[in-house]
Amino acid sequence: MDIHEYQAKEVLSNFGVAVPSGALAYSPEQAAYRARELGGDRWIVKAQVHAGGRGKAGGVKLCNTENEIHEACDEMFGRRLVTHQTGPEGKGIYRVYVESAVPIDREIYLGFVLDRSSQRVMIVASSEGGMEIEDISAERPDSIVRSIVEPAVGLQEFQAREIAFQLGFEAKLVQQMVRTLQGCYAAFSNLDATMVEINPLVITGDDRVLALDAKMSFDDNALFRHPQISELRDKSQEDPRESRAADRGLSYVGLDGNIGCIVNGAGLAMATMDTIKLAGGEPANFLDIGGGASPERVAKAFRLVLSDKNVQAVLVNIFAGINRCDWVAEGVVQALRELDLEIPVIVRLAGTNVAEGQKILAKSGLPIIRATTLMEAAERAVGAWQNDLTQNTKMRAV
Amino acid sequence: MSILLDRDSRVIVQGITGRMARFHTKDMLDYGTNVVGGVVPGKGGETVEGVPVFDTVKQAVEATSADASLVFVPPPFAADSIMEAADAGIRYCVCITDGIPAQDMIRVKRYMYRYPKDKRMVLTGPNCAGTISPGKALLGIMPGHIYLPGNVGIIGRSGTLGYEAAAQLKELGIGVSTSVGIGGDPINGSSFRDILERFEQDKDTEVIAMIGEIGGPQEAEAAEYIRDNITKPVVAYVAGLTAPKGRTMGHAGAIISAFGESASEKVEILSAAGVTVAENPAVIGETIARVMGKAA
Repeated sequence: MDIHEYQAKEVLSNFGVAVPSGALAYSPEQAAYRARELGGDRWIVKAQVHAGGRGKAGGVKLCNTENEIHEACDEMFGRRLVTHQTGPEGKGIYRVYVESAVPIDREIYLGFVLDRSSQRVMIVASSEGGMEIEDISAERPDSIVRSIVEPAVGLQEFQAREIAFQLGFEAKLVQQMVRTLQGCYAAFSNLDATMVEINPLVITGDDRVLALDAKMSFDDNALFRHPQISELRDKSQEDPRESRAADRGLSYVGLDGNIGCIVNGAGLAMATMDTIKLAGGEPANFLDIGGGASPERVAKAFRLVLSDKNVQAVLVNIFAGINRCDWVAEGVVQALRELDLEIPVIVRLAGTNVAEGQKILAKSGLPIIRATTLMEAAERAVGAWQNDLTQNTKMRAV
Repeated sequence: MSILLDRDSRVIVQGITGRMARFHTKDMLDYGTNVVGGVVPGKGGETVEGVPVFDTVKQAVEATSADASLVFVPPPFAADSIMEAADAGIRYCVCITDGIPAQDMIRVKRYMYRYPKDKRMVLTGPNCAGTISPGKALLGIMPGHIYLPGNVGIIGRSGTLGYEAAAQLKELGIGVSTSVGIGGDPINGSSFRDILERFEQDKDTEVIAMIGEIGGPQEAEAAEYIRDNITKPVVAYVAGLTAPKGRTMGHAGAIISAFGESASEKVEILSAAGVTVAENPAVIGETIARVMGKAA
């Protein structure tokens, strides 16, 4: 789960990480009022969306007057911000964060991630702050400093000092950097984060080390023990179909194609998408309905897949292991009777009692296209979709 | 002798009184697995499917000489159960549980290192379907009847995709020495590399099949290990060619977040290491048959 910048800053400052003073606003008027409260004469107005690359997309504005704050907010509120991380549909701006501008001397990149090679938390830092980490690794790999934290004892002070010195911190600022690193690590490990990114971490003209931006993601599997983090969830930043699926215990990712997929198991679901592509089609979604594939789940899955208006054919691929194909087939038939579909449905069943399953599909009288192998299923799905398309075009032409 | 699991493995089931655990305990017993007990704190003295339940893993090991364990415990408590098994002298543990916090798994792995290598428990999973040595024993939730006994060693991150491969092999009359699910989580007990090492030494395994997917460095690490250390032919398939970057595809670990983690990059890395890559999931069986010199 991702949270907003202002939330991440609040979380991190509770762990001793210094941040600029700022306040949240839900309207232009409130933003101007917040700026007055903060004092000073230069402020940054920042759109709160769950995505990086806001600056380049017009989601971060430097303002010198209240009027400029109003103008910046008018441009942001209600708009969808499109950055290189959001996809073409962008993310809605419903909150802005107003922050006092600070004089910047240096910008540092600082990230904490779960490193899957060492199976530990890794700190990644670079003197080239302000750039995306992907660009830093491509253009200035020599500037990157890495350090792995031993989970039994946590981040040690010497490690934090080493990082500070490697980044070229002046001696008088090292202690502030140590505090920042230890604060981030404590937040990461105490709250089951999967990512903390501060880009940039800045050294100000008056010798302060401040987190100018902050991003945090949390382990969904650990939210049960952090209710205060779960409360920070903002559904306006999520794909509504994906959150609806997640609430029903299904794992769904929307894609751009038009062949809907209903599969049991994540690996088989990805493999099914790949086969559709090989057969010349494009999958409309990833959907794992879980190992079980009960009739209720199949019905739910159909409704979910069909809520994507681009879907022009549906491919069901179920490997019945512990369950039996006849049981799964009955679920499919039941779901199709309820839904009264107008687009082609291709069903491939494999595993236990496959012959009985096929018989049930055949006897149902429903126009189900059956397939035995995965490749055959994908080819038939692509074929049926193309056929359907030509027929529709012909009808329109007539 | 097959790797990790054999006819004489003495199995306990942690969390045996749960609905799923009961069901699969019966299934494992029917398959011929030597299930000798179960563990649920506070339910010691009960029996499930005719096997005795104990309060602690230590008690179960003392009473039954169990050496293998299957963990069916819910996510918040699963890490604790794995560590309990490691401490009680269990040699091989499979954890089925899906949804264990990643940092719990970091702690589990760190904890296991307190034992010297010859006394350290081997863990596969979590979030896996288990391990089967066909015709001998089943430690997991997979349908045993889709596996023929034979000489192909399978290692996979995914459950049903592994079934798909085993079923394709059965269709071609090809059997499996052992099939090991290493699970779909970002932090797992054993990697491809760990299991490859065992199959290389296993007399009953002629060909090794690796079923990978997007996300994480383990396929690339395996490729390097295969190039330098594996003499047996290796066939691989990597799922997720059409998966977008930065999105979690069902498995917590199936997310492309760094260079080398996409399916096409993994295919390239594996091919460069001399691995025969099946181009699509429908030809995993055929590709293995071809490598074994059997007509598909």
